[in-house]
Amino acid sequence: MSTEEIRAALADIVNEVAGIPADDVQLDKSFSDDLDVDSLSMVEVVVEAEEKFGVTIPDDEVKNLKTVGDAVAFIERNRAA
Amino acid sequence: MSRTRVVVTGLGTTNPLGGDVASTWEGFLAGRSGVRQLGELAEGLPVTIGAPVAVDPAEVLDRVVARRLDRSSQFALVAALEAWADSGLDVAMEAGNVDGDRFGVAFASGIGGVNTLLSNYDALRDKGVRRVSPIAVPMLMANAPAATVSLKLGARGPVNTPVSACASGNEAISLAADQIRLGRVDVAIAGGTEAAIHPLPMAAFANMMALSKNQGDPTTVSRPFDLARDGFVLGEGAGALVLESLEHAQARGARIYAEVLGTGITADAHDIAQPDPAGRGGARAIRLAIQDADISPANIAHVNAHATSTPQGDVAESLMLHAVIGAHASDLVVTSTKSMTGHLLGGAGALEGVATVLALHHRLSPPTINLDNQDPKVELDIATKPTDLPLGDIAALNNSFGFGGANVAVLFGTFS
Repeated sequence: MSTEEIRAALADIVNEVAGIPADDVQLDKSFSDDLDVDSLSMVEVVVEAEEKFGVTIPDDEVKNLKTVGDAVAFIERNRAA
Repeated sequence: MSRTRVVVTGLGTTNPLGGDVASTWEGFLAGRSGVRQLGELAEGLPVTIGAPVAVDPAEVLDRVVARRLDRSSQFALVAALEAWADSGLDVAMEAGNVDGDRFGVAFASGIGGVNTLLSNYDALRDKGVRRVSPIAVPMLMANAPAATVSLKLGARGPVNTPVSACASGNEAISLAADQIRLGRVDVAIAGGTEAAIHPLPMAAFANMMALSKNQGDPTTVSRPFDLARDGFVLGEGAGALVLESLEHAQARGARIYAEVLGTGITADAHDIAQPDPAGRGGARAIRLAIQDADISPANIAHVNAHATSTPQGDVAESLMLHAVIGAHASDLVVTSTKSMTGHLLGGAGALEGVATVLALHHRLSPPTINLDNQDPKVELDIATKPTDLPLGDIAALNNSFGFGGANVAVLFGTFS
């Protein structure tokens, strides 16, 4: 999967969980500040992403995923492993 | 000091006959049944019929809002939003003319978010701990419907969840009226909701022999007061009523459907599931409601009976009406709208509250369908077609009885 494909798939999840238009979910956007994804919604996004991308995102790691780009990079790093 | 009068200024519902009040009333007058085969959902169960809502709430509510709510809260929100808009308070609130601190909610459910609980257990068992939703608790908690309504409409007064099984919805009406009478709030939304059409509660109700096992045409199975009745049909949905102090309603020129005249609440202390066969606890509740309303039993013209189509309960209700109202009981226009909607459990008393208020407003009783051979032990005049109610000041009784021996009677009156 390319970076763009991961971003697009993640954007679909954010849209499904929080109703944010998928086009707004860009790499430089902050989940909480720009996209208004609250902490419980973020947990849902993480769980959906784990299933979709076949990765494990530990609870401790979630706080580091501030932007969409952070999440995409984490997924890219951990998918191949 | 005279007592605060409480009036009904808004109505809302979603139920097996319709997704709003207008289609529901039309369904009532047409004598339509909302009961049908449930298909795949009920596969392998001893009972395969039910009365699901006519309009899926997920089609009405915003998608993201809906996915964060148990089905029972979805019903509650749909009904409450309709009632709120119907009362005109939505506009008044936006204009800053409703004090949220003096606005309460009493919204009941008999069982709570059982679909959420069970679907999350399925996820836990099949996919593991991680797949249990982080919002499962606020979705399934018993007060979720009341809290959902409070959040959406900005009600910051008391937000209550009375639970008394199948009497819950009627108890919510009583509690909301009390909050207004006590001067704690000026406005309250009262309601009840249930979404328990799921294999587990259906199997449980069937195993305790509460559900009808009639294999005939599903639309004929819910048959209150009929000799061939053999249990209830499980329905789902919600009803909501906007209650207001008379002063508050008149100050804003609100349309008043009816008045809440009085309420009575008792317990049988007889059996956890069976009603007292003589209906003594129910009779006391009705008597208390009449005393609370300070009217003569002769003023009561109409009864929306609890009558769920069980052999014992329907007869007990006839006995209690005779015990309290005496010879005049035979003059009452009695109906059981459960013949059409099935039994909404914690939503029943609220939907039937809506039906009772509409009956007074239109001076027309909805019919009881499927009454082919009235049980001779039921000595009541049951409306089998839409039946006119008398002119003048009249009252109508909404009865609800629940497992645990709960009895709630609410008396509404025409407003003048």
